[in-house]
Order: sequence, then C-alpha cells, then structure tokens
Amino acid sequence: MAADPAVARAVADAHRTEWAFVLAATVRITADLDLAEECAQGAFTRALVAWEPDDIPARPGAWLTTTARHLALDQLRRQTVLRRHLPLLVEDEAAPTFVWGKAHAIEDDRLRLIFTCCHPSLSIATQVGLTLRFVCGLTTKEVARAFLVSESTMAARLTRAKKKITQARIPYRTPPLDELGQRVTAVLEAVHLVFTTGHASPVGEELVRDDLVEQALLLARMLRDLLPEDAEVAGLLALLVLTDARRVARLVDGRLVLLADQDRSAWDRGAIAEGTSLAEVALTGAPHGTYALMAAIASIHDNASSWASTDFAAIVGHYDTLLRAWPSPVVALNRAVAIGFADGAAAGLRALEPLALEPLLASYPYFPAARADFCRKVGDLDSARLFYEEALTLTSNEVERAHLEKQLATLGA
Amino acid sequence: MAEYLVLIYEDEKGYETADAATNKQVMDAHMKFGEKHGAVLKGGHALESTSTATSIRKGASGELNVTDGPFSETKEGLGGFYVIEAPDLDAALAIAKDVPAFFGGVEVRPIRVFD
Repeated sequence: MAADPAVARAVADAHRTEWAFVLAATVRITADLDLAEECAQGAFTRALVAWEPDDIPARPGAWLTTTARHLALDQLRRQTVLRRHLPLLVEDEAAPTFVWGKAHAIEDDRLRLIFTCCHPSLSIATQVGLTLRFVCGLTTKEVARAFLVSESTMAARLTRAKKKITQARIPYRTPPLDELGQRVTAVLEAVHLVFTTGHASPVGEELVRDDLVEQALLLARMLRDLLPEDAEVAGLLALLVLTDARRVARLVDGRLVLLADQDRSAWDRGAIAEGTSLAEVALTGAPHGTYALMAAIASIHDNASSWASTDFAAIVGHYDTLLRAWPSPVVALNRAVAIGFADGAAAGLRALEPLALEPLLASYPYFPAARADFCRKVGDLDSARLFYEEALTLTSNEVERAHLEKQLATLGA
Repeated sequence: MAEYLVLIYEDEKGYETADAATNKQVMDAHMKFGEKHGAVLKGGHALESTSTATSIRKGASGELNVTDGPFSETKEGLGGFYVIEAPDLDAALAIAKDVPAFFGGVEVRPIRVFD
C-alpha cells in the first residue's frame, strides 16, 4: 500500500531536517555507524506506514529517534553474541560535559557525529563523503555523483572509512576544548568544500550543483545552531549565504554572468540582510578568521548598488588581512584582481605579474583569465588573446569555456 | 583500552651530522617522554640505521631472497617505535604528539586484536 501523499511529504521533510539528529542519537546506542544507519532508515520506513495524514507527530524527530533506537535495541539483543566480535565506536560517557565559553553546555549528538566524520585522521575527501552520507543523509549514489566517481568506488571508500573509524577507534564525541579550534576548522573546511564543489562544479555542463549548495547551507546552519559562539562558524555561514544570494543572477540561460554584469535586482535581499549581519558577528572575533574576512568581502559586493560603486579599496584592505592570515596563491590572485578594480587595470596587471612564478596557479584557469581581462582593458589585445586561449585549455567546465570563448570573440580576429 | 604502535620515521642524515649536544638533546627528550607517559608505555626500542637492515623477499618460484637494505627505500627511515596503550585514537594521538622525532615525524597504527 502506497503511503498517503501528505504522510509521504511529512516523512520526506523529516528526512531532510531530522536525519542527522535521528542517526546521531542512534549511534549512541549502537556504537556502530552501519547498524545505526540501518535502524534510522528503518524508522523512516516505518513512519510511512505508521503516521496518519491527520495525526502526524508534532515532533517527528522525537518519534523517529525513539523508533530507531527501539529497532537498534532489538537488533542488539538478537546479535549479542555476534556483536562481541565487532569493533565498536568508542564512546566516552565519563568525559566531562563539553562547555563552550561560560554558559553554553553543548551535548548535541549531531555535533559528535560531525566531529567523527571530520576527524583529521581521515582525508578531506573522505571527511566530505562521510559528512554527506551520514550527516546530510545523501545516498551513496548521490555522494558518488558529488565526487564524480562511480557508486561502487564511493561505496568502497565509505566502507574503508567506516572500518578505519572502528578499527583505529576514532572517538564519537566532541573534542576537548584545547583541540576544539583546530577541529572546528577541519569541519568548516569540509562544509566549505561541499559548497564550492556545488558552486563551481569543476567538470560537466552544470556550473552550479544546487543539491550540494543546499546541503552545505544546511550543514553551516546546523553548525551555527550548535556552536553559536564560534565567530568562524558565523563567518562560514555568512560567506555561504552571501555567495548564494547571487545564485539566480549568476547563470542566465545556462550562461555564466560575471559579478560585474549581473542583474542586481535579482539578488536575494533577505539572504543579503541575513548574511551581512552574520558577517558583522563573525568580524567580532579576534583575530579575524579567514571565513569572516571572505564574508566581509562578499558583503561589500552584495550591498553595492552597482559594480562601479563597489568599495574596492575596502575589499583590497580585507584581502591584505586575509593574505597575512592565509598566504595562499589563490587569495593573492583575488587580491591582485581587486587592486585592478580599485586602482585601474594597469595596477592590476602589475599586481598579477609576480604570481606568474607561482606553480600552484600554473593550472588555474582564473589566473590567465584575469590577466586577459586586464590586458584587454589596457588595449593589449594580443596578450589578451593569448591569455584567454591559455585559460580555455585549463578549464573543463562547459559554461566557463563558453564564457571565455565569448570574451575571445569580442577581441576580433 | 587499545594498543597503538607509534613508528618513528626520521631523516637519518640528521643523526649522521648531529653533534654531541644534539644527540644528548634527543636522548633527554626520549627520557622525558618515557617519564611522562610511563604508565601507558608498553614497550619501545630505538633501531640501528637502515643501512644495517636486511630484507627477505619471496622470489618467483617461492625461494627466499636475502638482500641488503630496508624493505622500502624512503627519505625518512624507520628509526624506532613505541607501543602505547590508549582508550581511543584521540588519546593515542595526544601521546604520539609528545614522541620526539627531531628529523621527521611519527605514524600511529592501531594494533590488531584477535579474539
């Protein structure tokens, strides 16, 4: 019997918002990710049958968690003998309750789950895979699609990761206070990677993968709820919200539209307001975190009424600080581009020049693309042509290729 | 409780060119590590340099071939190890961070339990 549409919708909604909560609470009982996953899935399946259209539980998360935990206990009773031989996720009940700052005691199971998935002893790709699978509740097939690998490859990778978690005894708990900063950074990196993968899909015909962008936003919101006093968590959420506020205007008819040319009336004003106030919260952290600074830059763009009236001097200032905190060639590139808009294309070219020696930028399409744009502006069309052609050889994203080809065409023969 | 093997990998050139003061510093660091973590230390040894190593590999027809040198040639050679006891990986990593490795780093591996 098919479930009532209203019930099916309620279960789907609950899956989106409560999955991590249900799974994380169940791992507490099973001490084993596989079994917890099976029971959490079982609970959602049961809900389809058990819930009535006019009697959907007021707190679906609680109903689902209780059901999943009952399923887990049944399984555990049946498998007591077998389970003695299974490695267990270490759970340290005796550890003192985690205390944030002065007053906030945080013991959310979802946080434990995120920290386990993003443990530094796992590779960043594995961290992201585990997070999408277990915290976001994506299927293995969906996670595989995010990484552009086959389902069997991803299934094998997740199995290996789960094995490492149990065999190396990666603990299921929030890290102690002295390690928290570093561990939160690892989590934020994983979430940011989910977002950037979705925002600029490296291969294929879709430039933006809405599903990944949505998952990253959900994760960042969850972290913000769980760690309300962490300035960098606020910074990451601000950055994602402010970047995503421009999503609709970034692609028109499948074509990439540069920030300078976007229809600003299409930007999501509500998101910009939310992101801007989050960025202000993030900037109260000292010293300024990298996400706070990137959010501050995004907020200047989002609040400018036009490209021409954008306060590029302030943006360069933020990039200067960012470059000191995070001396990455990509940050240096963005700073140089900002200089080009603050002080003119010639100044931009001068700022870009030294980066030509940077090996990490040698295969980065945005570097020759930026040089090409500034060369065109100062009238050096021959160099512009060469740099656009170089950029074209470096990107495999169809939408970006189309954009570069259009720029190349404007130069004439 | 679980046991972990902490493998110390270092660039041997560091020790070849080290002066007496550096050598003493290294010894002192290991003594200090032993004192601090004595309670969870299940064993450990320093090894002679990889140039003293002999490897045995099985040949094509199952014969055992003895050759000079470590099993795998790497810039950083295995120079010693500790066996430590810890409740979980985080605790093991916290201890392993204290293991002196002046010219390299360490690898932490859970010791497999058969039951």
